[in-house]
Amino acid sequence: MTDEQPRAVAGTTYGAGALLILGAVLGLFLMARAADPVMGFHGFLFVAFCVLGVYWLIARHSGGDADAGRAAAQSVRYNDAVVRAGVVASTFWGVIGFTVGLVIALQLAFPVLNFDLPWTNFGRLRPLHTSAVIFAFGGNVLIATSFHVVQRTCRARLAGDLAPWFVFWGYNFFIVIAATGYVLGVTQAKEYAEPEWYADLWLTVVWVVYLLVFLATLWRRKEPHIYVANWFYLAFIVTVAVLHIVNGLAVPVAWSGTASYSLFAGVQSALIQWWYGHNAVGFFLTAGFLGIMYYFVPKQAERPVYSYRLSIVHFWTLIFLYIWAGPHHLHYTALPDWAQTLGMTFSIMLWMPSWGGMINGLMTLSGAWDKLRTDPVIRMLVISIAFYGMSTFEGPVMSIKAVNSLSHYTDWTIGHVHSGALGWVGFVSFGAIYFLTPVLWQRQRLYSLKLVNLHFWVATIGILLYITAMWVSGILQGLMWRAYDTLGFLEYSFVETVEAMHPFYVIRAAGGALFVIGSLIMAYNVWRTIRGDLREEDSVSSPQTIAAAPAG
Amino acid sequence: MIKHATIEKNSILLTVLVLIVVSIGGLVEIAPLFYLESTIEKVQGMRPYSPLELAGRKIYIRDGCYNCHSQMIRPLRDEVERYGPYSLAAESMYDHPFQWGSKRTGPDLARVGGRYSDDWHAAHMKNPRSLVPESIMPGYPYLATTPLDYALIAAELEANRAVGVPYTEEMIESAEADLKAQVDPDDDGFDDLLARYPKAQVRDFDGDPEVISELDAMIAYLQMLGTLVDFETYKAEDNLR
Repeated sequence: MTDEQPRAVAGTTYGAGALLILGAVLGLFLMARAADPVMGFHGFLFVAFCVLGVYWLIARHSGGDADAGRAAAQSVRYNDAVVRAGVVASTFWGVIGFTVGLVIALQLAFPVLNFDLPWTNFGRLRPLHTSAVIFAFGGNVLIATSFHVVQRTCRARLAGDLAPWFVFWGYNFFIVIAATGYVLGVTQAKEYAEPEWYADLWLTVVWVVYLLVFLATLWRRKEPHIYVANWFYLAFIVTVAVLHIVNGLAVPVAWSGTASYSLFAGVQSALIQWWYGHNAVGFFLTAGFLGIMYYFVPKQAERPVYSYRLSIVHFWTLIFLYIWAGPHHLHYTALPDWAQTLGMTFSIMLWMPSWGGMINGLMTLSGAWDKLRTDPVIRMLVISIAFYGMSTFEGPVMSIKAVNSLSHYTDWTIGHVHSGALGWVGFVSFGAIYFLTPVLWQRQRLYSLKLVNLHFWVATIGILLYITAMWVSGILQGLMWRAYDTLGFLEYSFVETVEAMHPFYVIRAAGGALFVIGSLIMAYNVWRTIRGDLREEDSVSSPQTIAAAPAG
Repeated sequence: MIKHATIEKNSILLTVLVLIVVSIGGLVEIAPLFYLESTIEKVQGMRPYSPLELAGRKIYIRDGCYNCHSQMIRPLRDEVERYGPYSLAAESMYDHPFQWGSKRTGPDLARVGGRYSDDWHAAHMKNPRSLVPESIMPGYPYLATTPLDYALIAAELEANRAVGVPYTEEMIESAEADLKAQVDPDDDGFDDLLARYPKAQVRDFDGDPEVISELDAMIAYLQMLGTLVDFETYKAEDNLR
């Protein structure tokens, strides 16, 4: 290290400190001038964020470098600290997000659990659940894994000293602002884009820094090629920025108030919202997590990616086709027919790249299929790809207008989302967390593979209960809505169809509870691994099976 | 022939190509909605929300009603028989953003206006199961007891005008007066309110004339949903798309 570097680092520290103090002043100003109490509260949170940031900078500046000892052992001095923070945050938000999901599932089965209070009703908690799982859990997993993968596949340290930390803390601060806002009644009323204008602006800043950190790390790479996982991460970061900015355009009612009105109205706002909404699925929950698949599956299986050519075809066709699929959320609505038909056509075509990617992921296990029996982490990754295949088949089916006329507005959609979210996003994230924890904390292995196995089975049974209950309730309700009696009258009143949902809502909540229990098992296992504990245990597959194998 | 390896070795080229590839679909599908005149039907009767209705819509959004209620009747036989004429794009042309919803845990509300009495709504909001025992809707008793905060109502109208809703200067200036006039049939502003917002329903909605509560605004909003367009004069065949 030259003499220049410490001075540059000190310079950025002072610069960051000055910005934080400026931010604290802005927060105080917001508190004093707030047009509504929530803005005052969020101003206070911003002050707290900035003050803690200054404290953190001072502690960091005066303390030593925790990674210094490790640096000697590595050829490249990787920034693992921010990835470790991301793993902890992912685990934490996962448990929170799944638990809120369980709460609202129970509210639908037992409405008394709404408690008739503003802060606890389903309408406010549902966005809390979706944002907590998609953005808090999923987002932290994506930031942590992308920071890990881009360093390892480029053989370069993450660019920037404070910038990656700003991405991590800034993103998590966005989560806190969004979540507290929902509970206090602040929302833009667009699904998965509920945070209000000021939270959106903050996220935009964080996201641009994220993109710059990622690109600058690519520029430092010592490998001539950019690895395929990074293509997916890059497409995810770039496209989410475009979607977020366009869909978030709004005019605030007051500069010191929380409320705003979207720039778009009616049919245009509907299509822009679902162009955003479906590609939150396509680029946040799919492209980003495919980046995870393309790195962690080959690593854990110790096999190369099945086909390089298929990766190229998979990547370009997936990102091109996904963007068109939004209108399938608006079949038979007041959206013009031509747009609906285009959306349906491209949604069906999307089946091909999705399955191309699934095949590429699954076939990476060629020659290592036996690991499915001995390694519960690889089992988790593989079943995530299987769920990916299942929900990316179900999606195109549901996008067919005739099917959609039945499935739309029903629980079938909810079931579909959860087979993708719990099965694909959840399991591939768990696999990545189980892979990363021993690597990042330099442990010999996870605390317990048996617990991973238990997590796998508890969560899988939970997902199956969840999605089968939602298939039945969704199709049942869709059929009941359109049922006619022999005299040509509608057979069921609306509330009769609500009453018929009750048993399935109870089953769904039971499935959700199992999934929450699974995540708690994971959190325990991760915590014990971080502590450095090792559980004495035999291998996961019993000795008899292994002994019997050669004979069979 | 460019080799893919070229792209793989140049992060800026990769970023730019990704941007181009992901932009095409959105541009082709979304841009025409802004200039094709057939996108929004020609109808009689649509007008911007009155200040009280707008305040009610804000509460509807705040408490997340859109998570369980759609406002979009599809042109399917059972939906039209259950809820009324299918929804037109024109009916949400002043909704920033749209409230079409994506899930019917509860029934569609696009034409709920006039279907139930104010008393029914007031009792149903306080305790849905007192009227519909099988209902799984949360209770919202606090709406009746919370006074409506309308300090910023003129600013709300102004923000709407900034995004394209045709509120006039006069509407913005009299926003607060109009809001108060809509809950009091004896108010002097009655005629002006109706001139500015035809078909606006004027009465005390929540059964308590002493205060303008959040429930007043909420019921005023629900009672006007789907009532503006005159379907007597609407010709579907002229608006085929």
